[in-house]
Amino acid sequence: MTTITKKPDNPIAHLTPEDIEQIGIELDAIRQSVLDTRGERDAAYIRKLIDVQRKLELGSRAVLLASIFPPAWIVGTAGLSVAKILENMEIGHNILHGQWDWMRDPKIHSTTWEWDMATPASAWKHSHNELHHTYTNVVGKDNDLGYGIMRVDEDQRWHPFFLAQPLWNAVNACFFEYGIAAYDLELGKNLKIPKEKRSEEFKAAAAAVRTKIRKQATKDYLVHPLMSLPTGSFVTTLAANFVANVVRNVWSHSIIMCGHFPEGVETFERKSIEGETRGEWYVRQMLGSANISGGKALHLMSGNLSHQIEHHLFPDLPSNRYAEVAPQVQALFEKYGLNYVTGSFPKQVYSAWHKVVRLSLPNGWLATTTPKNAPMQLAKLYKMTTGGRKVRRALQARLERDARMAKDRMAKAA
Amino acid sequence: MATALLRRFAELAATPLVPDDYLDLFNPLRPGAELRGRIVSVHPETADAATLVIKPGADWAGHVPGQYVRIGVDVDGVRQWRAYSLTHGPRRDGHISITVKAVADGTVSPYLVHRSRPGTLVHLEQATGDFVLPDLDVDPPKFLFVTAGSGVTPVVGMLRNLFPVTESGVIDPKSRSAATNAAGLDITVVHVAPSEPDSIFGADLVALHAAGAINLVARYDDTHGVLDINRLVDLVPDLHERITYACGPGGLLDALAAHHEALGLPLHVEQFKISTVEPGAGGSVAFNSGVEVIADGATPILTAAESAGVLMPSGCRMGICFGCVLPMTDGAVRDLRNGAITTADAMSGPVKIQTCISAAAGPCRLDH
Repeated sequence: MTTITKKPDNPIAHLTPEDIEQIGIELDAIRQSVLDTRGERDAAYIRKLIDVQRKLELGSRAVLLASIFPPAWIVGTAGLSVAKILENMEIGHNILHGQWDWMRDPKIHSTTWEWDMATPASAWKHSHNELHHTYTNVVGKDNDLGYGIMRVDEDQRWHPFFLAQPLWNAVNACFFEYGIAAYDLELGKNLKIPKEKRSEEFKAAAAAVRTKIRKQATKDYLVHPLMSLPTGSFVTTLAANFVANVVRNVWSHSIIMCGHFPEGVETFERKSIEGETRGEWYVRQMLGSANISGGKALHLMSGNLSHQIEHHLFPDLPSNRYAEVAPQVQALFEKYGLNYVTGSFPKQVYSAWHKVVRLSLPNGWLATTTPKNAPMQLAKLYKMTTGGRKVRRALQARLERDARMAKDRMAKAA
Repeated sequence: MATALLRRFAELAATPLVPDDYLDLFNPLRPGAELRGRIVSVHPETADAATLVIKPGADWAGHVPGQYVRIGVDVDGVRQWRAYSLTHGPRRDGHISITVKAVADGTVSPYLVHRSRPGTLVHLEQATGDFVLPDLDVDPPKFLFVTAGSGVTPVVGMLRNLFPVTESGVIDPKSRSAATNAAGLDITVVHVAPSEPDSIFGADLVALHAAGAINLVARYDDTHGVLDINRLVDLVPDLHERITYACGPGGLLDALAAHHEALGLPLHVEQFKISTVEPGAGGSVAFNSGVEVIADGATPILTAAESAGVLMPSGCRMGICFGCVLPMTDGAVRDLRNGAITTADAMSGPVKIQTCISAAAGPCRLDH
């Protein structure tokens, strides 16, 4: 991926400024059509969902009281995993976006909601709602691009350090909620500052995260296992809760990777958003997100982030309406010759992971590697990894030349 | 001690929610829950008025006839709060009732009259209000009730308490035990309504009159013309001997207050304010610190307040992150993206607004 303005075939080059403002007007009209019909049906949806989710969680935890019996463990763990996913994705994420603030129900409101997550709602609202949703896919501004620990763009210089990024990505997936907490705290940046020089703001935020993690861990790894003690199910319940948390983490990590990482999603340069108009902001959201196609269950379990494009265009519309507006949004993409990136869940997960792997390697390495030349390529990679900066630069230039030549050959053959 | 420990354990198990959130799933009316009620039945009174009988939650503390209750209902998915008089005295079944007249272009009243259904959960506050009768044990005085339109509701609450109505009609006040002290009461009711069919509780008042419980003077605008308060004495010759309780629209109450003040007569009034927030363009925005910021109708409150030196929570500044949300306790704002108006007043209670996309649409007050 290369930021949009550096691409030889800039996908928005054909749009006039008038087109871009017109896109904004048309998207505003779609938004308004939902606002005009937002009401009882939507309120009933979120209330019902919360009701079902809480009963599912209660039921699953009740079954886990006897988790020493394998069938109970399986049923309880599966139920709890689903409950935790619903709570984070379709309920928590969307309530914290203010999607349900219009109901004026103090119990279902972005300012009062707290979720089953390591990171406190307030910290997440800042890093996610404010930074990620405002600066979507702007390299250097949107920390969701690789969470600050990954190479997400060809323009980022390769370093042997990135070879391990598929591994970190996998670890991050398993413990995603803690990754998010660290990310909300900007832990990497703050830990580099000497302890006594860290801001009061950071210290307070870190204390809030510690409190939240302690409460979450006490619940899942002490209180509920203790309740299972009478049936001798302490350890099995603890394990069930751990597994449910990991399942939820891996799932939400996968969904989020599919949102902005698959091939075809554009990134933007910092200076391209200076003085951005509403229309331009809309276009950036259109091109910076990817959908996942699938059935109702997928949409529900993904918190409707399967409609990531619609979500990024209208982050404050109730999530149950995204499916409804998606055809109109897609038609708008077609009308203006823009690429509506969508694909099945396996396809998008593969695409996102493929990119993680590709970018963990020097530019052009994966493209020039065939089974035949693999040993030679590996030797080259070894040299780049162990060699100094000069070696890396020289080999990198050769790799890029080879990749270009291979591409030309392919083009000629075609 | 043991219950406190149990409570703590339940809290640890329920975090990040609280145990109440789970208990609410099964019994929202239980003791200790937030005060709610469930609509038991809806009875039409006139073509555009209805009485709602509500079973209040276990913590309902009771009420004195004449008092009102603030009730929160979800209309088209939005929680709206209004105040209504309780139209029954304390009932044996523990239920409460309100009687609502559907106001044209209203939000809540048409919903309650025409669309509310038994089984619906509503939110309640404890009854309040000082529009109540004095202690009748001490020298029961003579009363005059002046009611206009739906202003009859608190008075009916009082009368029903004094003179219970059974299936066979009003119980003869003279045959009742002295325990209620209603027997010796001398009550005149001047009841004003646009027309007889539009008269909420008109039939009830007529029945009370027929039973000898009250002396009813019904005035219907269509047959008698609009009531001139200065000629009240023609309708109630012994006006001077009575303590007056009046409930109705502001104009009538103002006239009555002037009239009674001139004559030096005691008067108790209850006025239901209809929302008077009229959206305009721009206005002053008041903060808890006492600072008032003048904001025009095209500038977000966030920007105007910051320019005036008020520290404001903020985020994306484009209406998507909800980092700037603050409660507006009074006033009106306009959504700069689509012109939608949001209002708040004492009746509605605080309404949370996004200051980054809201401009003042009249004077407003923020709880910040």
